[in-house]
Amino acid sequence: MILAHYNYWVVVLLMMIGLYTIMAHSNLVKKLLGLMMFQTSVFLMFISLGKIEGGTAPILTGDAVAYSNPLPHVLILTAIVVGVATTAVGLALVVRIHEAYRTIEEFEAIERDKRENQPA
Amino acid sequence: MALHQEHVVLRVVAKMLIPMILLFALYVQFHGDYGPGGGFQAGVIFAAGIILYALVFGLGAARQVVPPPVLRRLAALGVLLYAGVGVFSLLSGYAFLDYDAIDPEHPSHGQHLGILLVELGVGITVASVMLMLFFSFAGRGRQ
Amino acid sequence: MNVFAFDALNVFLLACLVVTAIAIARLRGLFAVAMLSGIYSLLSASVFVLLDAVDVAFTEAAVGAGMTTVLFLATFGLTRSRENAASHERRLPALLVSVACGAVLLFALSDLPPFGAADTPVQTHPIAERYVETTHDEVGIPNMVTTLLASYRGFDTLGEVMVVFTAGIAVLMLLGRCSRERAEDDH
Repeated sequence: MILAHYNYWVVVLLMMIGLYTIMAHSNLVKKLLGLMMFQTSVFLMFISLGKIEGGTAPILTGDAVAYSNPLPHVLILTAIVVGVATTAVGLALVVRIHEAYRTIEEFEAIERDKRENQPA
Repeated sequence: MALHQEHVVLRVVAKMLIPMILLFALYVQFHGDYGPGGGFQAGVIFAAGIILYALVFGLGAARQVVPPPVLRRLAALGVLLYAGVGVFSLLSGYAFLDYDAIDPEHPSHGQHLGILLVELGVGITVASVMLMLFFSFAGRGRQ
Repeated sequence: MNVFAFDALNVFLLACLVVTAIAIARLRGLFAVAMLSGIYSLLSASVFVLLDAVDVAFTEAAVGAGMTTVLFLATFGLTRSRENAASHERRLPALLVSVACGAVLLFALSDLPPFGAADTPVQTHPIAERYVETTHDEVGIPNMVTTLLASYRGFDTLGEVMVVFTAGIAVLMLLGRCSRERAEDDH
């Protein structure tokens, strides 16, 4: 029962690590990396769902064999490229935050905001 | 001193590798119908080849090979090529992005050509956007 | 490939993936973390090959191990590459929330069909059969993923290309020459 699902167990574990990294760290780059791990766990989930035991890659060979479901592959393939593009937008924001606050730590930036907005 | 002036080994190896990387990108792009590959992968590999060039020979040299204004237009061109195929099939009286419209007598030929064109659009956009990303990040620190 | 070898390889790669993920979450030197994220991508690409998703593996290897690492390194060049110690006050709530989420998902997992079965809703849904059975006659391209990507689900892919394009424009707006010149004019 447990062994039949071990791929999904790893998916949940990776998702937990990613979520923890996003929430526990105040470094913005680390948060983005956590987001990427979370993303990869979702990719793994989709690809695992499409796998057929004893199946083969969905490229027609002429022989009658079982193919793994190509639909999750298509969805995830585009998601990976979109993922790197959106990560780049996140990193660009980190660079701009660093230019404005001289830090890439969330707490330090918030503290600076508080200091500067205090009524004199 | 810039990397390209002192590391002869890196320069020579990069010069040998870059054409092969670019050629492999084209293979992945146009062989995507038969094996693993397609526009998304080819675009990233092509961009990686140019990025290797930029890392070894300097950002200025890479900017001369692919000027950023050209990249911006190419990125738009890829999307337009993709959407253009869709609009063409729409104007021919078929559904949006139904490639049967390209060759109504032989729908299978039309599908082949349509997929080729669409993947080309994807490849152009992905390659130029990836290069745009790299140039924006790498160019930020200088000047 | 026989079932035992498949399982052994799969478990090994997944274990490496988890270990790498934990190392990424714990290390504070961000350069090392960027390298590890490249390894993480390569490992997940290997898992994708094992799970028959060759196109996905190809993309993940090119994008994850190539582009993402370069972008992270470029960011460190512009910012800094060391992480401050994480504040302890956040650790416990973060751990509790992620464990709670994980527990809910693990509870739900027991309802999923077994991994690799051929009679799951994903495999028996009419659309999967429709795609696999008719690609040869309708399109005639051996690689089903390409056919689906560009033809059957061409509208999806157009949207994804638009997203990539928009993200490129967004980065240009944030880091491009124009915004910097404007910022200098303001000073």
